[in-house]
Amino acid sequence: MTQKDKIALAKEAWSESRKKMQDRDYKFETVSSLPVNDLYTPLDIGEMDYQRDLGMPGQYPYTRGVQANMYRGRLWTMRQFAGFATARESNERYKYLLAKGQTGLSVAFDMPTIMGYDSDHPRAFGEVGRVGVAIDSLQDMETLFGGIPLDRVSTSMTINAPASILWCMYIATGEKQGVRSEKLTGTIQNDILKEYIAQKSWIFPPLPSMRLITDIFAYSSEHVPKWNTVSISGYHIREAGSTAAQELAFTLADGFAYVEAGMAAGMDVDDFAPRLSFFFNAHIDFFEEIAKYRAARRIWSKRMKEKYGAKNPKSWMLRFHTQTAGCSLTAQQPENNIVRTAYEALSAVLGGTQSLHTNSMDEVLALPTEKSVQIALRTQQILAYETGAANVIDPLAGSYFVEALTNKMEEEAEKYFGEIERRGGVLPAIDQNFFQQEIADAAYQFQRDVDKKRRIMVGVNEFIQDEPADIDILKIDPQIEKDQAQRLQQLRRDRDNNRVGDSLDALRKAAYGTQNLIPFILESVRSYATEGEIVQVFREVFGEYREKPIF
Amino acid sequence: MARMIRVLVAKPGLDGHDRGARVIARGLRDAGMEVVYTGLHQTPEQIVEAAIQEDVDVVGLSILSGAQMTIFPRICELLRENGAEDIMVMGGGTVPDDDKALLKQNGWAQEIFTPGTTIEAIVEWINSNVKTD
Repeated sequence: MTQKDKIALAKEAWSESRKKMQDRDYKFETVSSLPVNDLYTPLDIGEMDYQRDLGMPGQYPYTRGVQANMYRGRLWTMRQFAGFATARESNERYKYLLAKGQTGLSVAFDMPTIMGYDSDHPRAFGEVGRVGVAIDSLQDMETLFGGIPLDRVSTSMTINAPASILWCMYIATGEKQGVRSEKLTGTIQNDILKEYIAQKSWIFPPLPSMRLITDIFAYSSEHVPKWNTVSISGYHIREAGSTAAQELAFTLADGFAYVEAGMAAGMDVDDFAPRLSFFFNAHIDFFEEIAKYRAARRIWSKRMKEKYGAKNPKSWMLRFHTQTAGCSLTAQQPENNIVRTAYEALSAVLGGTQSLHTNSMDEVLALPTEKSVQIALRTQQILAYETGAANVIDPLAGSYFVEALTNKMEEEAEKYFGEIERRGGVLPAIDQNFFQQEIADAAYQFQRDVDKKRRIMVGVNEFIQDEPADIDILKIDPQIEKDQAQRLQQLRRDRDNNRVGDSLDALRKAAYGTQNLIPFILESVRSYATEGEIVQVFREVFGEYREKPIF
Repeated sequence: MARMIRVLVAKPGLDGHDRGARVIARGLRDAGMEVVYTGLHQTPEQIVEAAIQEDVDVVGLSILSGAQMTIFPRICELLRENGAEDIMVMGGGTVPDDDKALLKQNGWAQEIFTPGTTIEAIVEWINSNVKTD
């Protein structure tokens, strides 16, 4: 009798005796409604081939991590997303975070900046500086990074539709500080596909948006070689209500679409693929998340090598940022969110993340206060320095459950890739509302489960407490909107408006043609043309995107 | 016979957080109401125009951008200017308690539903506040 047969026999006997025991009346499934068995044994990973499926850390297929020594070499970057009010206030918050030991910056922009409106535009009314910092021109960007040398800090900017413009402002700020673009490090999110799919902060239609992205790839490989030109994001897909498998599949499908777009624009895959990075959610279902990260690395490396013919190992590596799940937090008893966030952060680290944002307990109510941000950062520091989680590389490898779940995640993702291909690719699938409907269905299912108490959320539908939360809320002074608009109008009076007009005309001409647009955007930015003025040129040339509202 | 209740679910502001709006729209539809969803990035003017055109009983505003204290008063003002103040306004989203109290006190919203509210609770509120005879 083989070892396998012995285990099978023993499992059968166990299963018989187990039947006599009464289980709780509960749905034993992940937060994504994926059913899980009560027990996993070697039988569940019978076909696993260690070298083929896992390999060594830092080696193909990277299931165990992208670096050979993982956190023994360098801990993940603790990168708290922050930004509010005006450039001056946010600059102070950044200096505070750096002084507390944070190791990278992450800029949150306000909605008018994200949607390409200047602070004095009627559509910006009531939204200036509310959910992030208001940046209208190079002048604001200079203030935002005043006293922060750009050759000494890496900066992530959560900006998508107008990413090219904000990136140019950052490059120009570097120039003012005497830092050459070759030395700049950081990331722009620049992932427009997930905007159409989930986050919905689009401006232009898909084709010109993809052109802006491939222009960034090309410019970066020549002039800003250390920059991550896109952060292909599952985070927002998950927050919009998707399952873990949908997050994994849709995000990687977007990644493949960018690779194909870059290759179609005539670039060699190894010229830009090493600068692609990813951004995942860390939701509350611990093992499912770890399996998701491991599967993501394996799927990506296999495709990059085998399908797209990448030769540079850096093109095979899936590097990712993680943020704990905002949608897992509760407005009720907000202090409980500290605990949720800590578990989620642990899953990201056990899954091998390169950088991490931990949510603050009050983010479900408003922008976080300094105190709650400090607790969130301390959560990461405790994880890094006290728990021992960073000592051993990929410590859950070989767990029957985690390996089986990793395989399952890969399998589910492959099914979605097939479906997307049948629909003609990512852009046609967006046009058919495929992703949007899948996510809406999953979100609705989750809400019904919570409403019907098929799923317990502590403090929401069980263990409820009636006292209101005693918690400070950060308020944004409405005066800052007026001040920001005034500063902007002052800038429009003071700058050389002939130079602005000329640079915008040149940009318009280039947009109608096929040249790389980045040098033209950069020149407009240097002349202190505002973000809204540059976006307006693109709106004229490219038009605007409209979605079909479905529910 | 009681007619069907008509609801406009609207998403004002520039943000794209439409998970809540879409879940509510679907929940209300499943509860037998006629639901129109505006889609994203709507101005107060567009929302009020749609509410009047669709002849709805209730407008539900989903707000997660922090702009509640400008959006709700503006919607109410526009409804009044257009002689449509009989349309009820409710809202949902991340609205802090003090703002919620102010909005209700000033009549800018008849009710505000914050995170954790069940779809049933919203259905019940609409059913008991809208006259259908």
